[in-house]
Parts: sequence; C-alpha cells; structure tokens
Amino acid sequence: MGSIRLNKVSKSFGTTAVIPEIDLEIEDGEFVVFVGPSGCGKSTLLRLIAGLEDASGGTISIDGRDVTGAPPARRGLAMVFQSYALYPHMSVYNNIAFPLKMAGEDKAAIDRKVRAAAGTLNLTGYLDRRPGQLSGGQRQRVAIGRAIVRQPKAFLFDEPLSNLDAALRGNMRLEISELHHQLKTTMIYVTHDQIEAMTMADKIVVLNAGNIEQVGSPLELYRNPRNLFVAGFIGSPRMNLIEGAEAEKLGARTIGVRPEHLKLSTTEGRWKGTVGVAEHLGSDTFLHVHVDGVGQLTARADGEIVLDHGATVHLTPDPDRLHKFDANGKAF
Amino acid sequence: MARAVSTRRKTIATVAAWLVALVIFFPILYTVITSFKTEPEAIAGISLIPSGTFENYVEVQSQRDYFKPFMNSVAIAVGSTLIALLIAVPAAWSMAFSPTRRTKDILMWMLSTKMMPAVGVLVPMYLIFRDTGLLDTRLGLTMVLTLVNLPIVVWMLYTYFREIPGEILEAARMDGASLWNEIVHVLTPMAIPGIASTMLLNIILAWNESFWTIRLTAANAAPLTAFIASFSSPQGLFWAKLSAASTLAIAPILIMGWFSQRQLVRGLTFGAVK
Repeated sequence: MGSIRLNKVSKSFGTTAVIPEIDLEIEDGEFVVFVGPSGCGKSTLLRLIAGLEDASGGTISIDGRDVTGAPPARRGLAMVFQSYALYPHMSVYNNIAFPLKMAGEDKAAIDRKVRAAAGTLNLTGYLDRRPGQLSGGQRQRVAIGRAIVRQPKAFLFDEPLSNLDAALRGNMRLEISELHHQLKTTMIYVTHDQIEAMTMADKIVVLNAGNIEQVGSPLELYRNPRNLFVAGFIGSPRMNLIEGAEAEKLGARTIGVRPEHLKLSTTEGRWKGTVGVAEHLGSDTFLHVHVDGVGQLTARADGEIVLDHGATVHLTPDPDRLHKFDANGKAF
Repeated sequence: MARAVSTRRKTIATVAAWLVALVIFFPILYTVITSFKTEPEAIAGISLIPSGTFENYVEVQSQRDYFKPFMNSVAIAVGSTLIALLIAVPAAWSMAFSPTRRTKDILMWMLSTKMMPAVGVLVPMYLIFRDTGLLDTRLGLTMVLTLVNLPIVVWMLYTYFREIPGEILEAARMDGASLWNEIVHVLTPMAIPGIASTMLLNIILAWNESFWTIRLTAANAAPLTAFIASFSSPQGLFWAKLSAASTLAIAPILIMGWFSQRQLVRGLTFGAVK
C-alpha cells in the first residue's frame, strides 16, 4: 500500500514561503509527476514527503498514518536522487544491500534480494564494481536497485534522468515506466521536462511558485488546461497565445491554439503571415510564422513540406481546439 | 591552447625548485651532518664533511635514556590526536551539514584561540596543573596538546566534510540509517583520506610542540622535545651531541612524513580549489 495525503502542507525558509499551502491526494499504485519550471517548489514538495525537510505547517499522511514529524527512515519510502547519491566507497552489491543491512535483515535474505534486484536491472555483471567504474545509466540503475530492494510503500524520484544524455534518457524513461507496471508501487516523480511528465504519468501535478496550478491526467491537462500557465507549460512546442483584437473578437483576453491545431494553406485561411524559420525534424516541420496584428505563431506541418524563409502562408485555427482565457488567465 | 613551456624554462624551474627545497632542508641536513662530527669539528666552522664518528649517538644514549622520552612522545602525540579526532569529527559534522548563522563565527572564534601567545596563560596553566597533580604526567600533556590543536583539527575536518555531497547522507537517511550508522558507515569511510591527513598533520604538530611539553614536564612525562632541550647544560653547548639528540628526536616523524607526504600535501591543499 502507498497512498499519500497532503493536508494544508506549507514550507517556509525564514520569511520566504516556498510552498504557501498545498492539498494533494496520491492514490496507491499511481505514477504521479510533479512538473514545473525551476524554483517552483517541486523538489521541496518531494523532500517534504520524504521527510528530508520539515513541514512548516499542515500534515502528511501515508496509508492513513500521520508521518509529519517522522524521520525519513520511518516513512517506508525510497528515493532516487538527481546526482544518484551512491556510496562511492562501496561496491554495487553493498550499495544495493545497504538499506537491507540497516533494516537488520539476515545475510542470506540480503543476498537473495540484492541478486534479484540486480537481475531485474541488468546489473548482475557489475556487482563487484564501485560506482566510479560505471556509466551514468548504470549508476542510475544502481540507485533504482537500492530503492526497489527494500520494497518501499512509494518511490520518490528527484529529476533522476537530468544528468543523462538524450538517448539514454529515452531508454531509462521506458525502463522506469516498465518498472512501475511490474511493481505497481506508488511513484512520485519530479521533473521540469514536460515530455517526461506526459509520457510517464498517470497523474500530473503542475506547480508554479509553490502552488498547484492543476492536477489531472496528461491528456486532461493537454486538452483542458485550467489557466494560461498550464496551457503554456504542457505541450511541445508550446501553445500559441494571442492577445489583442483577435482575442477580443471571441470575447476573451487571451486565446490559445496549439501548433498542431493550426491548419496550414498556401492559398487561403484566417491569418496571413510570412514564414520566418522552418525547423525540419523529418517527421514534422515547425514553421515560425509572423502574422501582422497577431504576432509570432508556431505551426506544425507535414515533414515533407518545403516552405522557405519569406514564403507566404495562411493559418486557420481549429475552432474546437481553441482555448479562451479571461483577464485573470483562467480558462472558460 | 595550452601554454607551451620550453624545455629550458622547465629546467630552470626544476633547478630553482631544488635550490629552494635544499635551502629549506639545509638546517636538518646540517644537524644530521654535525651529529657525525667530533665536538672540536662541530665548533670549528662550517664543513659539510664529517669524520663519520658514531660516538655522539653512543654518548647521548649512555647519558640519557632515549627510549623513555620517545615512548612519551608517541603516547602524547598519538593520544592527543585520537582524542582531538573523537571530539572534532562530530563537531565538524554538525558544522558542515547543519550549519547555523553562527557557524562561521564559531569557527573563527576557535581559530582565534591560536592567535593568543601561549606564554600569556603559562602561569595559570602551571598552577592548575600543579594543584590537580597533572604536572609531569602523560595525561596532563595529552590534554593540553589536544586542546592546543583542536581548532586546527576541527577546521581541517570541516573543510573535508564540506566537500562530501549532502545528498549522499540524505540517501543514507532514506535508506534507514540512524545518525550513528550515517557517521560510521557513510561519512567516515568517505572522509578517510581527510581524516588520515588531519591525523598525520596533528601528530607532527603534537610531536614538535615544545612550549608546553618542556614547561609542564620534568623527568617522568618528558617527550623528545624536552630530551633535546636537556642537552643545553650549564657547562655549555655540545653541538655534536645536541645534533645527535636532535636527529634522534626528529627521525621518527621525518620518516613518517616521508612515507605519508602525498597524503599530507593533499590534506594541506584540500579545498583550495573546487
């Protein structure tokens, strides 16, 4: 079991409130991603749940038990750090065995569990090595091994992939998702990368300046962002946000349309513009188009399309996929 | 592009480095050379070629037993270092990993005690030692040297501990380690190079300390520093014998320093660059 409930949890450092007050429920077995720009308080929130920071107010409960004042070791959680935080003086075997030794398990049980975890993570051949002799991806696997071996109530991941190169990041993303399917244990994952959030999460929590902006499944957030912040943060390339006359025509302060929801034509359409930069990704082409009276818009086009700098294009937003926001930035 | 260094410049730099090293080492070298001279040779003037006599060593040993002060030096230097480490490891740990607004002030305050001239507290210290029966005891000297060197030990360990990423200790906490296990199984093994060089430096400092060791001892607890000093007698200075005594006193620490020089250099320059 691993359901986690935060009730009016707040955190201040001196007079600076990092997290004003947060309520959040995480169900057992869920894969929850905290996402937001740097400094939004997502890592602090994770550390509050871990017990590495003391909450300034509110309560944190795990499986119905209040753990607000409990030390990290008593919460039954495991954490994977951004820097891996492996013990450099211990072999891979001893790194993975460390939490079991601390729990006072007997040698035979430790050996069995360490070898099982190493098998799951393809680390069997590396058990005698030191962390310094491993590659980044292998180190990350050891950190995960150290976490899974004690069968925690929930896993906490603090930007675990940000030190890896792009290709490896993609692989590890899949491996962590696969691990979640196997273990069915609650996972809380912190990242600033919205692609990681979209691809891995059952539930995304979007944070900004210590506040929860929206909680929902990846597609809910993509389809119905509650406000301008979420609209701009979820989706890649980011949503085009248009203010001024075009927005007022629809009775909104701001309207938003995603690059993939702009229809492109060379002959006719609602907005006429000039192509600035065309980014050819092979599968897609992203056109950065300047439209007079509207501004700079990004449109996603077919990968085969050939449009050079200075070409004239017409863009028409899909009316069903148009987002409207009021003066406070709230969607309506 | 890396700066090109010509062979000629390298040669000049190497020769200069050797010269500087020789100038610094010369007093020790001359002491060793003089210890192999006869007394008339020793006072005759500067000469680098001794007659090669061992009689000074024989005489030094026959006049005064070398073994007793040697054992005193070992006991006092090693004892005070171990006690200082026992106090300094938790102190440096708390300052490095749970600093408060006052941590820097406390460190400076500890170091400031080193700036006070020792002679300023000689009389009260002497009286305290006399009244508590600590005069001329190994225990008394060990206590004094522990306190004298404690600020440096705390400072050195603090600089080492600061280099250990806090996340590793947090990982240990998440893994269920108690404070004790965190210090014993994670922090200390990672800090062993730092602790080792701190230990070596402190042993050298304690071994060479002469102000307190000479003034607070007589016959029983006198270490090698007092052993050398005892060769300056009312009958005059016997340079050759004094040199032999000095050579015997510094030899153990010189040999230890030679074998641990890599560790020591790392210790002294640690934290200089990130």
